[in-house]
Formats: sequence, structure tokens, C-alpha cells
Amino acid sequence: MTLEAFADTILPGEKRFPDDRAVAGVSTGGGAVASGAIDVLRTEEGGMAPALDALADGLNEHAERYAGERSLPLDDAVPPFVSLDYDHRVALVRELVAADHPEREAWVSLAMFNTIAFDAASHLHTVDALAAGHPGLTTMGYFGPDSDGLWRFPSYSYGRVLARPHPDTTPSGSPA
Amino acid sequence: MSRTESTDVLVIGSGFGGAITAYHLAAGGAKVVVLERGPWLSGPEFDQDFKFGSSTTRVFDFVIGDGMSVLSGNCVGGGSVVYFAAMPRAPRFVFERHGSIGRRMWPAAIDRDALDPWYDRVAEALPVSQQTWDDVPFAGGLFGAACDHAGRTANPVPVAIDHDKCTNCNWMMSGCRFDAKRSLLLNYLPAAVAHGAEIRPLHEVQHLTRTDDGGYRVHYSIVDEVDYRVHVSTGTIDAKIVIMAAGAGATPVILQRSEPHLGTMPHAVGRYFSGNGERLNTAIFDEDRIRDVLGLSRPDGVPYEAYQIGKGPCVATWDQLDGSLPEYSRFSLEQLYFPPGFGTILAQVPDAVGPTWFGREKKELLRRWRSWLTVFTMSEDDNEGVFGPPPETGNSMRLSQQMLGRGALSYTPTKNTLHGWAESDAAVKDILERDGLSRVMPWTNEVVGAYTVHPLASCRIGDDPATSALDDRHELRDHPGIFVTDGSAVPGALTVNPAMTIAALAERAVPGIVRAAQERGVAVRYGAPAPDGSTAGRRGVLPLVTGSTRR
Ligand SMILES: Cc1cc2nc3c(=O)[nH]c(=O)nc-3n(C[C@H](O)[C@H](O)[C@H](O)COP(=O)(O)OP(=O)(O)OC[C@H]3O[C@@H](n4cnc5c(N)ncnc54)[C@H](O)[C@@H]3O)c2cc1C
Repeated sequence: MTLEAFADTILPGEKRFPDDRAVAGVSTGGGAVASGAIDVLRTEEGGMAPALDALADGLNEHAERYAGERSLPLDDAVPPFVSLDYDHRVALVRELVAADHPEREAWVSLAMFNTIAFDAASHLHTVDALAAGHPGLTTMGYFGPDSDGLWRFPSYSYGRVLARPHPDTTPSGSPA
Repeated sequence: MSRTESTDVLVIGSGFGGAITAYHLAAGGAKVVVLERGPWLSGPEFDQDFKFGSSTTRVFDFVIGDGMSVLSGNCVGGGSVVYFAAMPRAPRFVFERHGSIGRRMWPAAIDRDALDPWYDRVAEALPVSQQTWDDVPFAGGLFGAACDHAGRTANPVPVAIDHDKCTNCNWMMSGCRFDAKRSLLLNYLPAAVAHGAEIRPLHEVQHLTRTDDGGYRVHYSIVDEVDYRVHVSTGTIDAKIVIMAAGAGATPVILQRSEPHLGTMPHAVGRYFSGNGERLNTAIFDEDRIRDVLGLSRPDGVPYEAYQIGKGPCVATWDQLDGSLPEYSRFSLEQLYFPPGFGTILAQVPDAVGPTWFGREKKELLRRWRSWLTVFTMSEDDNEGVFGPPPETGNSMRLSQQMLGRGALSYTPTKNTLHGWAESDAAVKDILERDGLSRVMPWTNEVVGAYTVHPLASCRIGDDPATSALDDRHELRDHPGIFVTDGSAVPGALTVNPAMTIAALAERAVPGIVRAAQERGVAVRYGAPAPDGSTAGRRGVLPLVTGSTRR
């Protein structure tokens, strides 16, 4: 749940069910969580799986400290990071990924995998992800393949001269 | 322990530097073995798929350093398998650059005129051809039209692509399954194999030691074909000549790791790294303005919405490649496609109220992904990259099964480099924001530092032993018989895509390597035609070559 809340901070989505706590619900359409962020993090290939528990614990410790410093009340029913509202989650994540934060590499890596879930669905074959209406690829408007599962764009060019070439161009087409 | 194998010439890496030298030496009669750390894929094995474990992750190496991340090929064919095949020659002024050393950094023997016959050899071999505007996809057309609207020129760039086979699928970074991209898998490498060269994939070289007879022993591990973090065995091969072509992010690391065995390396090994002054800007276009201001529309009436369609960089503006401008203010701008999974994280939201590269507003930016245009800057940086102590194996500590690793390269951009970036960012803004066409923000360096797909100069050629690791024949100073022919030999940023120059330098280095092999008793001569048998390029260079050819 903590890592879901982190993923939702990176690329937010709409709540999956009315009292969804991990997803803050600040955006319409599916975000990183609905795109499979946790599945991507858990893949053996990605290499993040062994670190996930420690990352979730670390994030909650940071959240507790963050809330303490600002006297924000935390709801014991959910982990501390989940208890923060979206803007506080963002503020904390900005702190953690800042250039001078000692743990920034860990949090940037986590953000990177969350982004990959949304924009590439790396836990699924791309053809299958599109067929299943993967939220990230769909939101981006990623065009689907031909019926044989391969991409081709027969219409691809404006097909006319659109600029003057540089005067110092060699006959082979390189800068002189 | 089994008996150590031996060969005449051992080539490390099978990208431009490795494939070209391997071909010529094998064709000339030498026994050649190529060790390549990545897998050997071709044709239908190149998946159009972002799933972990498909060719998209198998053929790449992405190393996060301190202030600079390097993306390169990891497969037989190296960068040529994943590259975008834009193949311009470097402009004349590049060879006169001073860079960070205050005097001409290229060897006296090399300028554009001297390199042109070698460029011609590569152009014939791949082959490289000039594109027309009919070949240029919508994104390149949009960039060209925007340049024109801003009173600038723009050129379709020369490419190594067979246009009849290209489907404009824009999956070329995962390897081209239609064989439209003229990678080394289609020319130099099969020709090298036909002449007896042996290519061994999944062989990662770790270090070199000396043999008693003045040659070198090359120590490698065999890498698991799925989980590159796992090494399944080790071995050695002895060679009279070693050609290092592991790429500018890996060659200096192998040499650093060899230093305890071979003795002191030249000072420039692992220093003067250049990211080719790269920088990316993402513009979000207003579709109506594209139609109203530039008069563009696709056959289906949509103005653009075509970020996904095409084939990498196709149109560049070279207005700033003016030799009379001061150093660090010359750059080219090129339209480029970066697929999902690699680059969207670095795109920033213009005028963001919240964070720029993640969060609510970033999601909104991704909704308009079809209207993105990425513009790539190649400028003059200051060769400020330095490699720290080498990791245990390879060139990084591998984090994921494939692709992702943490390396020891550190890069802190100097004022000169930052100046070049700022000027290029301003030019991009001037072109793309004119008359409300788009909003544009540079990619952020905050996430993984600067980012290069064109690593160069970590082991460079030069005349001055204090600032170059190689002499002008690409031989490693004080270590005779070791040659470096990949991007690490290029002295500095080129202001254009580098593969054509890396390849031309490798072609130019071959006669000297042949001579060195002959001196060590190898029966080899120089003078092979292009891989397909064409001979025009050879006619151009033979008069320049003395001593290494024999009837
Ligand atoms: C996405 C992308 C797009 C690009 N587009 C263009 C473009 O359009 N135009 C252009 O000019 N350039 C482009 N480039 C850059 C171009 O690919 C490189 O400049 C070029 O391939 C470098 O050639 P090289 O011989 O130096 O090394 P590489 O081609 O990188 O070859 C090095 C090889 O050595 C292997 N290797 C590394 N370490 C070891 C080891 N320890 N043991 C054994 N093998 C090892 C690697 O796996 C690799 O195959 C692009 C690069 C990328 C990543």
C-alpha cells in the first residue's frame, strides 16, 4: 500500500474503489498504480524486488518524521505515507529525490520503475497490454499494431520540401 | 585448467570499432576472435515489445553514473543494432577544436580532408545515403517546417537505412526486425565471419595480462544469457594483437582493471570523457497552430499527432555549425524520437506549479504524448568526464538482470558546457515557441544527471602524451600491440552524431594494425574491398596506405 501511494505520487490516477486510500484520486484515468507499478517492481528482471520491503519501511519512517515536523495528524489505520494527502506526498518525495539527499538514488530508481509501468507496461507484452486497454499506454495514445502484432505506418510523411538545406552541405548530404 | 587458446588478433566488442577492424584483419588473412559481452540476435528476434526480457532490454546497457548516464548497445553489432542510423560526417571545424587543453586536440595527421576517403569507405559499406523530404516522417517534417518558419535552414540527414524496407514503425531502438536499418549485422560482421573470424557472444572481457612472448592474455567471463548479473564461467585467450572496441563507456574500465598487470596506463585512460554535449528538449505542440501557422496536415487531416510514427532522427538544423563562431557555441539540433520506457521520465512540464518531472501535471503532459516533438542538441562540451575505480566486473555494478547498472563515471559540467547547453536551449525555444507553436522545456539533469547515447573520448588519440592515451595510429601509449578503435578514441565532441566518424577512424586505423600484426609474424595484408565486394572506397584509400599492402 505504501509503494502504491508512492507510485500514485509519481503518476497519479483515479481511485480504484470509493475508499481507496493508496491512490489519492487527484487525476482522472488510471495512473501508475492501475498501470501495474507494483507488478513491475516485483518482476524478477527488474532487480528491485529484494529491496521493496526496506523501501516501504524507509518511506514510512520519512513520512512519520515529515508529519512530526509539521504537526500533521497521522491516521493509524493506514501506513504513515498513505496517511499523507497528495500535496504532502509530493512535498516529501521532492525532498527525497533532491540532488543533495543521501538516499536519492533509491527513490529515483523507484520513480523510474513507476514511470516505466505507466509508459511501457514492462511486465506485459506490449501487444497484450494494448489489447487489455493498459491505462498508461492508452492515456498516451500509443498506436496499436497491425493484425499480425507488428507496427507499420504506411502513411508517415508530409511528403514535401519543408525547409531550405544549409548552404554548406556536401553532395553526400553532410555538413561541409 | 585447460590449455590456453591463442589467436592472432583478439577483438573486444563488436560495434563499429570492433566489427570494422575484425572484418579487415580476417579478410587480410589473420586469425581473428571477437569477444562480445551481449547476445547475438537478428531479424525476427528483434521484438517490438517493451516487456522486460525482450530484445528491448537484452540489447541495451544503461549505466547510471555520477552526473552522467550512458546508454549503449549490448549485443553483437553493438550500438549499430540499437542506433538511429543518422550518419553525417563531422564538420570541418571540429577537427580544429581546442577543447579543454588549449591547443588543437586532434592529431596533426587528421582533419576533415584526411578523413573523407575513410568516410567514403564506410558510406559504401553500410551503405549510407541521403534522405529526401519524402523519406522524412511527420515529426522531422514538423521540425523542418518550424526551422523554416524561424528563418533557419534544415536538412534531411544522411542515414544508413534501406527506405524500401522501412515501415516507419519507430521500434529501431529494439533492433530492426525488417532489416531496414543497415546495422553491422548486415555488412561488416557477416563478411568477417565469411573470412573465418569467430564471434563469441556473452563473453565479457574483464582484464588483460602479458604473455612471455610479448603478447597479451585476455581474461573473460561467460555471462548468463538471461541474467547478466550471473557469470557462468571464465576463460582466457592469448593474442598477438588486441583491439579494444568495447565502447567509450567500457574500454577505459577494462584498461583500468588491467593496470596492476600491465603497468601504468597513460594519464588519459578514463579521462576526458565527452557526452558529445548532448541535451534533449521536449516540446508539446498545439495542433491548431501547426495547421494555422505552418500549414501542415497529414493525409487524414490531422495536423500532426505523430510522435510515435517514423524512424529516429531525420531532420537537423546545422545553422549553428559555423566554424567562425567561438568554441562552445556551435551545435546542431536534430529531431528525435525516444520511445516510452527510456525517456518520458526526463521530460519536464513547462511552467509547472508542482514538480516538473513527476506528479499531476506530468500526467497531463503524457496525455498529449502524440503531440510531442523531441529535439536533440549535440554541442561542444569540455571533456570533463572522469572514470573512478573500476567495478568488480564489466563496466558497472549490474542492478537489473539486463540493461541497468551503476557505474563509476563522474561528470560535472563546466561553465563552457553549460554555456553551450544554454545557447542551444534558447535556439530550440526560439524555433519551437514562435507564434505559439508549442511550449518547450529541456529534459532534466536532476534525475540521472546528463544523459548521452554518444559516449566519446575516454581513451583518446592525440599527439601529446600528456592528454591522449593513443597515438595517431590508435596504439595505446607504452603498451605496444594494444589498439583502441571505438568511440573512446575520438578526441572530443563532434557536434553531430558520431558513428560515421568512429567508423571512419576505425577504417583509417586498420592499415597500422595490419602492419603491427605483420611485425609480430602474422601473415596478413591490407586491401579488402567493402563487405559486399564494392571497390570504389578501396580505390580512394589505397594511395594513402604504404607498407601494409603486399601483392
Ligand atoms: C539509442 C541510441 C541511438 C543512437 N543513434 C545514433 C545515430 O543515429 N547516429 C549515430 O551516429 N550514433 C548513434 N548512436 C551512437 C552509436 O550507436 C555509437 O556512437 C556507436 O555504436 C559507438 O561505437 P563503438 O564501436 O564505440 O561502440 P559500441 O557500438 O557501443 O560497441 C561496443 C561493444 O562492446 C561490447 N562490450 C562492452 N564491454 C565489453 C566487455 N567487457 N567485453 C566484451 N564486449 C564488451 C558492447 O556490448 C558493445 O557491443 C546511438 C546510440 C544509442 C544508444
